[in-house]
Amino acid sequence: MSGTDTPATATRAEYCVVACAEAWRDAGEVLASPMGTVPTIGARLAKLTFAPDLLLTDGEALLIADVPAVGAAPRVVEGWLPYRQHLAMVATGRRHVMMGASQLDRYGNQNISCIGDWARPRRQLLGVRGAPVNTLNNPTSYWVPKHSTRVFVERVDMVCGVGYDRAAAAGPSATRYHRLPDVISDLGVFDFETPDRTMRLRSLHPGVTVEEVGEATGFALTVPDEVPYTREPTAEELRLIRGEIDPKGLRDREVPS
Amino acid sequence: MSRDKTMTAEEVVGRLRSGMTIGVGGWGSRRKPMALVRALLRSDVTDLTVVSYGGPDVGLLAAAGKVRKLVAAFATLDSVPLEPHFGAARQRGAFELVELDEAMLMWGLTAAVHRLPFMPIRAGLASDVMTVNPSLRTVTSPYDDREELVAVPALRLDAALVHLNRADAHGNGQYLGPDPYFDDLFCEAADAAYVSCERIVETSELLKDAGPQSLLVKRAFVDGVVEAPNGAHFTSCAPDHDRDEAFQRAYVKAARDPEAWREFTARFLSGDEDAYQAAVAAFHEEEA
Repeated sequence: MSGTDTPATATRAEYCVVACAEAWRDAGEVLASPMGTVPTIGARLAKLTFAPDLLLTDGEALLIADVPAVGAAPRVVEGWLPYRQHLAMVATGRRHVMMGASQLDRYGNQNISCIGDWARPRRQLLGVRGAPVNTLNNPTSYWVPKHSTRVFVERVDMVCGVGYDRAAAAGPSATRYHRLPDVISDLGVFDFETPDRTMRLRSLHPGVTVEEVGEATGFALTVPDEVPYTREPTAEELRLIRGEIDPKGLRDREVPS
Repeated sequence: MSRDKTMTAEEVVGRLRSGMTIGVGGWGSRRKPMALVRALLRSDVTDLTVVSYGGPDVGLLAAAGKVRKLVAAFATLDSVPLEPHFGAARQRGAFELVELDEAMLMWGLTAAVHRLPFMPIRAGLASDVMTVNPSLRTVTSPYDDREELVAVPALRLDAALVHLNRADAHGNGQYLGPDPYFDDLFCEAADAAYVSCERIVETSELLKDAGPQSLLVKRAFVDGVVEAPNGAHFTSCAPDHDRDEAFQRAYVKAARDPEAWREFTARFLSGDEDAYQAAVAAFHEEEA
C-alpha cells in the first residue's frame, strides 16, 4: 500500500480495531478468542504490541506462534487446541472471548439462538453454541458491528450469554467466575461499571455523538457527564493494521467508513 | 484375528430402526458421515432423536422429515453461519429441540461413556438453557463449597455414525486431520457404532504415516466399517479433502427455495452414493 492511499486519520473500523485490542490489554498469558473480523484484527494487534503473551488460534484446532494477516495461514504452530481441549480451556478461565450478539440487554444478557418465541421462533439463528459455558467461566466481551435498537434491546428473546442480573439471581456458582468486561460497537465502547451493573457508555468513537448512541439503543444507557473519545491509534498501530494484519481491508467490510 | 466388520452403507441403515436415538460425529460442516446420512435419507427409517454438533447432517435429516427430536447446541455450515434447513424446520416447528450448550453436550456424552447418570457442570446456570429444558436438574456439591451445578444427564445413544480418514476392517478408526471432534465419545456412548472412512487399510498400515495418537476409535466400540471415499462430502475431511464450498453454496441456495430444493433432490439425492458422487463431479464440470 502506498503512502498516498493511506488516510491520514483513522477510519471508524480502525477505532473499532483498537477498542477491541484494548479489551485484551491486561489479559496476561491467556487465549484470546475473537469472533468476527474486527475483533480478530484487534487480538492480533494486541499481541503484536502491548499484549505479547496472548495465545491465538488459527480458528480451528491450532495455536499459532506467529501473527499472520487475517485469512493467511500461520507459519509457526505452537500448540494443539481441538474442540474438547478448547472447551476445557474455557473452564480453566485462561481465556477471554469476544463473541457476537444478535441481541444484548442492559445487564449484558446475550442472544444468538433465535428471534421470537423459542418454541417456534420467528427466525432461527445459530443456537446457544458455547455462550452459557463462556459467560460462566471466562471473561466474555461482545462485539456488535452495527449498533441498533434491533441488537441493543430491552429484553433478549433467549438468554444464551448470561448477564449480571441473571447471574446474581442464580447464585454464587453462577457469579463466581462471571465477568463481562467490554461491549464494543461501531459507535463506541461500553461496560458495566455501574452500581447495578447495567450498561454504561465508556467512550465514543470520534465522530459519534451521545444522541446518536441513545437513538440506536433500545434501553436507557448510563451516560457519564463527560464521555471521552475512544483513543487514537498510534502511527505504529495504523501501520500494523493496514500493512501487516489486514492489508486487504477486510475491516471495512464489517464497519464501512 | 478379530472379525471383519466391513459392510455397505445400506447394511448400516438396515440395522437402524425408526424411533432410535442416533449420534452423528463431526462438527458443523466438518467431517460429517454424509454417505451414511445419505443412505439414511434413502431409507424408511424415521422418527429419530438426533444428537449432533450440527451441520448439514441435521439439515438434510430435518428437510426429509426424519427428525422427531434434536439434541444440539447449534447447527451451522461454518463458512455459511446458518444451516438453512435447520432454520426452516425450527421456524415451522418441525421437531422438538433440546438446546444444550456445547460443553453440556460433551459432558452428556461423557456421562454416557462412563456409565454415569450425569456430569456436573457450571455451564447452563442462569441461562435460558435451564428454562427451555425444564427437565434439567441441578446438583449440590457434597463438599464444603456447597456449589450448585447443573447435572447434565447422560446422552446414551442407540447408534452412532462417524466418518474418519482411515479404518481397518475390524473397526480401528484413525483421524488424520487437526481435530478428533467428539467421534470417539459418540462411538463409546452408543450401543452400536458405525464408522465410514475414506479408505479401509490393513491394520499394519495404520501407523505408516501417523502416530498412535491418531487411532481415535477402538474396534471394541465399532459394529460396522464402511469404505466411503469422499464420504464426508460436502463437509471437510482434512487432509483427504477440503469442504466443497461451491457445492455447499449451491446446497444453501437450493435449500432456501422449495422448487429449487426439489430440483436439487432430484439431481443429487435420488440415486445411490455412486450416483451422488457422479452428480457432484458433473456439477463441478459445469462450474468449471
